[in-house]
Amino acid sequence: MTLFLHELRKNRASLVIWTAALSFMLGVCILIYPEMSSQMNEISDMFADMGSFSSAFGMDQVNFGEFMGYFAIECGNVLGLGGALFAALIGVTAISCEERDGTAEFLLVHPLSRGSVVTNKLAALVVRILLLNTVVAVITVLCIFAVGVDADFGKLTLIFLSYVILQIEIGAVTFGISAFVRGGAVGIGLGIGFAFYFVNILANLDERLDILKYVTPFSYADGTSIVANGTLELKYLAIGAVFTAAGIASSYVKYSRKDIL
Amino acid sequence: MKAIETVSLTKYYGKKRGIEGVDLSVDSGDFFGFIGPNGAGKSTTIRTLLGLIKPTSGEARILGKDTRGELCEILKNVGYLPSETVFYRGMKVAEILRLSAKLRGLDTSKEAAELCERLQLDTDKKVEELSFGNRKKLGIICALQHKPSLYILDEPTSGLDPLMQREFYAILKERNAEGATVFLSSHVLSEVSRYCKTAAVIRDGRIIACDSVGALGHTGVKRVTLRGLKGTLELSGIRDVKTEGDTASFLYGEGSRSLAEKLSSLDFEDFTVTDPDLEEVFLHYYGKEATK
Repeated sequence: MTLFLHELRKNRASLVIWTAALSFMLGVCILIYPEMSSQMNEISDMFADMGSFSSAFGMDQVNFGEFMGYFAIECGNVLGLGGALFAALIGVTAISCEERDGTAEFLLVHPLSRGSVVTNKLAALVVRILLLNTVVAVITVLCIFAVGVDADFGKLTLIFLSYVILQIEIGAVTFGISAFVRGGAVGIGLGIGFAFYFVNILANLDERLDILKYVTPFSYADGTSIVANGTLELKYLAIGAVFTAAGIASSYVKYSRKDIL
Repeated sequence: MKAIETVSLTKYYGKKRGIEGVDLSVDSGDFFGFIGPNGAGKSTTIRTLLGLIKPTSGEARILGKDTRGELCEILKNVGYLPSETVFYRGMKVAEILRLSAKLRGLDTSKEAAELCERLQLDTDKKVEELSFGNRKKLGIICALQHKPSLYILDEPTSGLDPLMQREFYAILKERNAEGATVFLSSHVLSEVSRYCKTAAVIRDGRIIACDSVGALGHTGVKRVTLRGLKGTLELSGIRDVKTEGDTASFLYGEGSRSLAEKLSSLDFEDFTVTDPDLEEVFLHYYGKEATK
C-alpha cells in the first residue's frame, strides 16, 4: 500500500498534465461542434465519400453530420491516440524507471517481494488510467450539456469504456516490456502506442489486412464502429484480453528473476 | 547462528565473471571487513546477499535464512547502504526517511531524528540539493533507523568528512556492542584494521584470505628496512621497494632463512624486520603479479 501511494504521488504531475491536456482537447472539440454542424451537412457526404481515407478513420460508417458520428471520429483521434500514448508511456516506465533513475536499489532492499512491487505498480497504473478517463468523461459530459447537443449516453459510455480497456491493454503490454528493459524506454513505449494506432488505420484501409485487427486494441476501441453497431467487437476484445494477461504475467515472471545491476 | 554464510556462491553475467565459489562465513556479532579493489566482486557479493542479483549457483544464508526463499524475512532485519545512494527526486530528506520506514511497516521517527542530529543532516532539504556526503548520510540513516540486526555497508565512508566518519563508526560500534553484526566493504585499509575484528580479501571474484584482522597480518611476509645501504639493492623475491637516500625497504615473503642468506650478500649498517600492516598485506595479496 505504501508503494502504491508513493507511485501515485510520484507521478501526480504527469497525470495532471495529461488529464488536463486530453480534457481540454476533447472539450474544445465538443464546444466547437455547434459551429461545425451548421456547415457540416454539406461536407458530411464529402467526408463519407473520400474512399479509403474515409474508411481509414471510420468515416464511412457514421454520419459526420450527427453529433455521435462527429464525436466518434474526434474522440477516436484525441482520446484514442492521446490515451494510448499516455498508457504506453506510464506502462513502459512503470518498472524500468527505478533502474533508470537508480532508485531500484533503494526500493528493493526493503522487505517487499518483487511480486508485491509489481502488484503495487500495476495497481497504481490502472488507477491512474481510471482517474484520467473519469475526469475526461466528466468534462466531456459537462461540455455536451453546455452545448446542448443530442448525445446517446449509452453509446458514449461504451466508447469511454472501450478506451479504458484499450489503455489498460496498452498499459499492460508496455508494463510487461518495462520489466525487461533497463534504461530509458520512453521511445519503445511511444513507438508501440503509435504502431497500434497505425496498424488499425492500415487494417481499415484494405480488407486483405483485416487480420491485423487482431493485433491492435484500436479494433475494438473504435468509436465509429460502436456508434454504428452499438457494441464492441468481442473477438478483438478477447484477443486484447490475452495480450493484457500476457503483459501482466511476463512482468511478474521477469521481474522476480531480474538482476538489479 | 551465522549472520552471513555463503557456500560456493557464484555469479556470472553471461560469460563475464562476477564472483566464483565465494565461501564466506560471518559470525553473529562480528565486525567484518570485506576488502578488495574495484571490480574484484565486492559489490556483486553484497548485491547477491541482498537478493538484488540472483546467483548463478551456490547459496547464501543470512541470519539463518535462505536468500532465495526467505528474502523478505531477511530484509526486515538488514540495513543496507549502497556504495552510491540515489533517492527519488523531488522528495525531502524527511519524506525519504518516512517512506523507508513505512515500506518496512514501522515508525522510526524518533530514531531517525536522533541519527539526523548526530550526523548533522538537514531534513528539510530536497534530495537533489544534497551534496554527495549528505546523500551518503541519508543512505546511512535509511540503513540504521530501523535498528536491524545485520548491517551490510558497501563502501560506507566514501564522501564523508573525517569527523562524520568518526561519528559514523562510533554509532556502528554502539550497535555492534548491542549485538548487531556489521559487514562492510572497503578499500580503505586503515579503516578496516582500526574497526574490524575479522576481514576477508576478495580478488578476481574469489576469496583469497579470511581471518581475524590480527592474523591476516601474519602472512609470512616481512617488511624489511635496510639502513646505510651501499651499492644497489638487487635481490630476488622482493617487492614494494621504497628507497630514500641510503635507506631501502621492501616486502619479502619467502621465509626468514632465505632472507637471512640473501641479506648476507649485501653491505649495509643496520636492518629491521617487522610484520607489515594490513595495507601491506593487501599489497601482498594483490601484488602477486607485480613481483619483481
